[in-house]
Amino acid sequence: MIVQSKAGKRLKKSSLIIGAMMGSIFAAFPAFWMLISSLKPNGEMFLFPPSILSENSSFAAYQSIFDSPEKIRYFVNSYLIAFSVASLTLLIAILAAYALSRYQFAGKRLLNTVIVTLQSIPAITLMIPYFALIVKFGLFDTYQGLILSHVVFTLPYAIIMLTGYFNTLPRELDEAVKIDAGGSMTLLWRILVPISTPGIISVGIYSFMISWNEFLFALTLTKSNSMRTVPIGIQLLMGQHSYEWNEMMAMSILGTLPIAILFLFFQRYFIGGLTSGAVKT
Amino acid sequence: MKKTEKSLSQISSRKSFLDKTEPYLWVSPTIVLLIMLMVVPVYLVFSYTFKDNVILNQNPLFIGFRNYQTIISDPNFLIAIKNTSIFTGGSVVSHLLIGLLFASILNSELLSSLTKAVFRVIFILPWLFTVAVIAIVCRMLLNPYGVINYFVTVLNLSDDPIPFLSNESTALLSVTFINIWAGYPFYMISLLAGLQSVPKDLYEAAIVDGAAIFQRFRNVTLPHLKPLIIGMSILDVIWTSQQFAIIWMTTGGGPLVATEMLGTYTYKLAFSSFQFSLAATSAVFLFFISILLAFVYNYSQRDHKS
Repeated sequence: MIVQSKAGKRLKKSSLIIGAMMGSIFAAFPAFWMLISSLKPNGEMFLFPPSILSENSSFAAYQSIFDSPEKIRYFVNSYLIAFSVASLTLLIAILAAYALSRYQFAGKRLLNTVIVTLQSIPAITLMIPYFALIVKFGLFDTYQGLILSHVVFTLPYAIIMLTGYFNTLPRELDEAVKIDAGGSMTLLWRILVPISTPGIISVGIYSFMISWNEFLFALTLTKSNSMRTVPIGIQLLMGQHSYEWNEMMAMSILGTLPIAILFLFFQRYFIGGLTSGAVKT
Repeated sequence: MKKTEKSLSQISSRKSFLDKTEPYLWVSPTIVLLIMLMVVPVYLVFSYTFKDNVILNQNPLFIGFRNYQTIISDPNFLIAIKNTSIFTGGSVVSHLLIGLLFASILNSELLSSLTKAVFRVIFILPWLFTVAVIAIVCRMLLNPYGVINYFVTVLNLSDDPIPFLSNESTALLSVTFINIWAGYPFYMISLLAGLQSVPKDLYEAAIVDGAAIFQRFRNVTLPHLKPLIIGMSILDVIWTSQQFAIIWMTTGGGPLVATEMLGTYTYKLAFSSFQFSLAATSAVFLFFISILLAFVYNYSQRDHKS
């Protein structure tokens, strides 16, 4: 009986591992193919049967991206915009979350409802008036215009998340600071913010990712090549007359790198930021 | 004595004044941004729908509901709604099934925690790629001469290579599949957190009662995950019905209108034919669908909390 159940357990375990392997192929094959394609010469991209690694493999595609100031510019733009969006989101959201967590004030419920509802406004609905407004205020094809439009999508979630985080911190802290004659800003920046580092990192990464991945506004609110971000740069490569597949793949790898690195270092915060939206709210 | 009392009350009244005004100071940047970037644009987009061609025309005329009539009677709009429904329905159901399957593997007690950690990183991979990258990789994989077509011919599934994304009969299925691949990790991670929170003693009780694995799943796991599944599915419907980038960069809504969705339809009206009023009208439809679903979501979450 015991032997039988042991054998049964082993059978179950091996079938589970086989299932997980098949799942891994489904999940990872595109990434694997992207990586090896970025190393192939362009002429060997669509061979029958496909080659995995050819003797002509090289980092030439990466080299040609690093040699192109235009493509470097896409990356500079993306980093600059995503960092600005994350910082601006955090600054505004921390202040708002502090008020929502620690004060009672008229209009608080309304503000909360508005923030929650705004999260679901489709980007495409905002696209047309944004285009009109941003042209009108001379922000078309500028960093400021793009940063502002991205903050719209990061701010509601950031406020909800940080308010929840501050709510978990004991009120006794507030009293202690007040007894020491510290003002509310001392309390916020010296006490609450340092304790909330994990939550703040989650929100910062989330905002960075939203901005790094954003496509529609980057497409419609910028025009000149020097203002384009990485996702648009990849799309522009696709539209060119000759398809340099190895360069497109190398660009994709380089465009994924910042997110992958953030993920490796902050896996816990990543998943925390992802699930608390769905599990807690 | 009186003096101190007076100054004390002065201090406290000053303090209460500060207490009342301070929160408004802290939320004022948020309010300014939300008005500037949400309230005003939403008002504008609604006002556009009642005018003839806005943005290009300096003094647009008020034309009542004529834009709505034009949009509703456009066969392509109806096709976009149909395609969006198929795309969204297929994506949400598959996301849920794949997410649940992978989460169960990652939650299994039969695997060591190291094995599970490795598989978790692999399973989460699609989530690390931006939509532009996903689109370009899939265009390469699904190319008539690409690696997937190599397997199709080797396995004799078709005599000729299939141009997945440029064939009218396979394009919608292909973009839906791409979106399924891109979106399941969100479900997987959330459901994994949900599975880990199922109380162990519930399972033990079920095992003692001799419940088979499927019964256990149906009677213990599923009821526990139900609020989470409902919430995530509504959010996913909201997100997927708004999807623009994946379709735009793989098929552009084509061939012809085979993969036209509300997102691409609206975008083309605005930036290909420059009919901003009609685009606004189509965008308002999407707005109503999303807001309605958001209310359902809020209601379902409130229900499950109480």
